[in-house]
Amino acid sequence: MREIDILLVGVGGQGTILASRILAHVGQAAGYDIKVSEIHGMAQRGGSVVTQVRMGEKVYSPLIEEGRADVILAFEKLEALRWLSYLKPGGSLLVNDQAIYPVPVLAGLAQYPQDITGYLKAKVKDTVVLDALGTARECGNARAANVVLVGLLARRLPFAEDNWQEALAARVPARFLDVNRKAFAAGYGIG
Amino acid sequence: MKELMTGNVAIARGAFESGVTVGAGYPGTPSTEILENFCRYQGIYAEWAPNEKVALEVGIGAAMAGARVLVTMKHVGVNVAADPLLTAAYTGVNGGLVLVSADDPGMHSSQNEQDNRNYARFARIPVLEPADSAEARDMVGLALDISEEFDIPVILRTTTRVAHSQGFVEIKERVERSLKDYQKDTRKWLMVPAFGRMRRQSLGERLTRLLDYSEKTPVNFVLEGSPEVGVITSGISFQYVRETLPGASVLKLGMTYPLPAELIKRFAAGVKRLFVVEELEPHIEEFVRLLGLPVAGREFFPETGELSVAVLKRGFMAAGIIPEEKAVPVQSFDDMPAVPVRPPVLCAGCPHRGVFYTLHKLKLVVTGDIGCYTLGGLAPLEGMDSCVCMGASIGMSHGIDKASPELRGRTVAVIGDSTFLHSGITGLIDVIYNNGNTTVMILDNSTTAMTGHQEHPSTGKTLMGAAAPRVDLEGLVRALGVTRVSTVDPLDLSQLTEAIKAEVAASGPSVIIARKPCALLKREAKPPVTVDREACTGCKTCLKLSCPAISVNEKLCSVDPVSCIGCGLCTQVCKFGALVAEGGEAGA
Ligand SMILES: Cc1ncc(C[n+]2csc(CCOP(=O)(O)OP(=O)(O)O)c2C)c(N)n1
Repeated sequence: MREIDILLVGVGGQGTILASRILAHVGQAAGYDIKVSEIHGMAQRGGSVVTQVRMGEKVYSPLIEEGRADVILAFEKLEALRWLSYLKPGGSLLVNDQAIYPVPVLAGLAQYPQDITGYLKAKVKDTVVLDALGTARECGNARAANVVLVGLLARRLPFAEDNWQEALAARVPARFLDVNRKAFAAGYGIG
Repeated sequence: MKELMTGNVAIARGAFESGVTVGAGYPGTPSTEILENFCRYQGIYAEWAPNEKVALEVGIGAAMAGARVLVTMKHVGVNVAADPLLTAAYTGVNGGLVLVSADDPGMHSSQNEQDNRNYARFARIPVLEPADSAEARDMVGLALDISEEFDIPVILRTTTRVAHSQGFVEIKERVERSLKDYQKDTRKWLMVPAFGRMRRQSLGERLTRLLDYSEKTPVNFVLEGSPEVGVITSGISFQYVRETLPGASVLKLGMTYPLPAELIKRFAAGVKRLFVVEELEPHIEEFVRLLGLPVAGREFFPETGELSVAVLKRGFMAAGIIPEEKAVPVQSFDDMPAVPVRPPVLCAGCPHRGVFYTLHKLKLVVTGDIGCYTLGGLAPLEGMDSCVCMGASIGMSHGIDKASPELRGRTVAVIGDSTFLHSGITGLIDVIYNNGNTTVMILDNSTTAMTGHQEHPSTGKTLMGAAAPRVDLEGLVRALGVTRVSTVDPLDLSQLTEAIKAEVAASGPSVIIARKPCALLKREAKPPVTVDREACTGCKTCLKLSCPAISVNEKLCSVDPVSCIGCGLCTQVCKFGALVAEGGEAGA
């Protein structure tokens, strides 16, 4: 059983929590020890949010060390850049091609970097950039963007597709399940 | 069945399983979800008290009546509850009482990072420190057993990483407990000096027995490892130690007051080099030094902020325990473009925004308080000068009024509704009693927003969902003796500006209640604001509102139709009429 460290980063309100729940569900079904860590409080008010998911035979620290994440799943581009140093050499960087401007940028006090995805691709071989929002919309609901990203992530993890389907059924409210299954499949298909 | 739970959910579970029937607390990160989860169980009572002192007093009363009790608060809440806590150590309990103190090393969402193990030593009561969710659940039951056996309240001290990290917990059944008998016993419960002296004596005796217990308790245990290195640790630091030095000998202390001197000496005797690894204060380390044992800690590990595996690796490398080459290769990204910070901000449509925009514009000195509205002190709103602790705004404003003729008449205290009920009322009484001139603004958004929307005494609902009488804020401040009381809509800038100007100029105390529900609570179905591209000059005045829905690109303002809730505040600051509220001007 190999250790798997996954960092989910984004902006408050982007649905990182549901994504981490689905992930933890799959890990539990596969018999992993799991720790999930997130910071509540101030972060809800439009700040950066990060959820750390660690799986393995036995997990001690709930926190992923810098340079050790197997995968970074970024719900927003700038957050991918912010957390880049947490990725291990050879790790996977999965990025939603969405920009959410922080207030200092909106206020003209700071610059939102140009061509973030270009930079990320140049630095990390396994960088996948996708328009999760657009993909989710095509599936029927923009709010399923988080599950599109989970689908993309699933390809890189050692769990069977059935387990993911079962986790979706367990964690997603029934009336949104169809849309989310489509969203998952779309993300999974991108590879 | 095992379930993935945060430490907080696990504590609620532990309280339920151990037969707790009464829970009380005041919200505060990272403790809030404990009562929010506990209150959902059957057969229990739980409440939000107006502040932590009252919460603990409710707990002491319930324990006196024979119930098992859970009291929860964040670390700084224990300062508020310190008065009853230090004497409850004397009285002891009847039913068991566990006080959860949720500490916040690194200050993720707090104004300081005090280490509340100091309270255990100060009050002379036991403290347990869980290292994960499973221990958190188990230690609630253990704390209650200790509380009842030794007739003493027990602190369960968590930290953010324990409170908010999820790990597996094996679910157990609840063990019902009947209330213990209450018998009048004034020598135990009536702390007049004569009885207090007796109970102080008794506290000494109880502590002696507890010392013996801490030598034997299963939560203080040794993990045998290499005799080269021994690490004494507690709480979350245990996890970092296990990951950093898998082969080392470890003395894991689940109970860190009173500390087990003999166990520590035995452990020290079996290892070549002894370390203490603990977050924040050198609580264990100083004790070990007092035992005369050669030990290292503070010279390698910081006494502020959180520890982590990376921090431990650096420390153990510096100490020569880990070879340098074992360092994890971290890729350097020197050429990375500058990453702008993403600070939390007031939400789009937040009613607090208009208040700070106006206070800044009027160039007033603003003593602030703690809540979402503290964000109004940051650029570009910059409408707040100070924030010290809950309730401080009013007393501080009064102090300024009495001290400085220059600032008198230019100072306003700003305080949230939950914070006012928590500890603002006594400050206001002081202003009135001592003929002060302070203007107090109560920002009534009908909730405790900061910590995730808890009910409070003027929301009309309890933690358990029952309807409750609402504290009438206007009536309350009038009854205290304030004659100048006004209520304004904080999203109506002209009304707000007039009210503030008038009350600051008036002599004598005054209260302005700025009332509008939190934007996340009641989403008024108003269409988003639109931009008249012809009228917009790109002047950027609207950016001074620090609204996450507004941006200016290429000299043209734009409003994000998804996040804008049409509050209309920006339509009032635009001098060119370029921002248009479809649903009509809000507040006007
Ligand atoms: C003694 C103490 N207890 C609890 C907290 C956590 N806390 C900070 S502000 C706050 C209440 C905020 O509510 P309110 O005053 O209504 O302002 P809002 O966030 O709704 O704007 C709480 C519970 C604290 N900082 N200090």
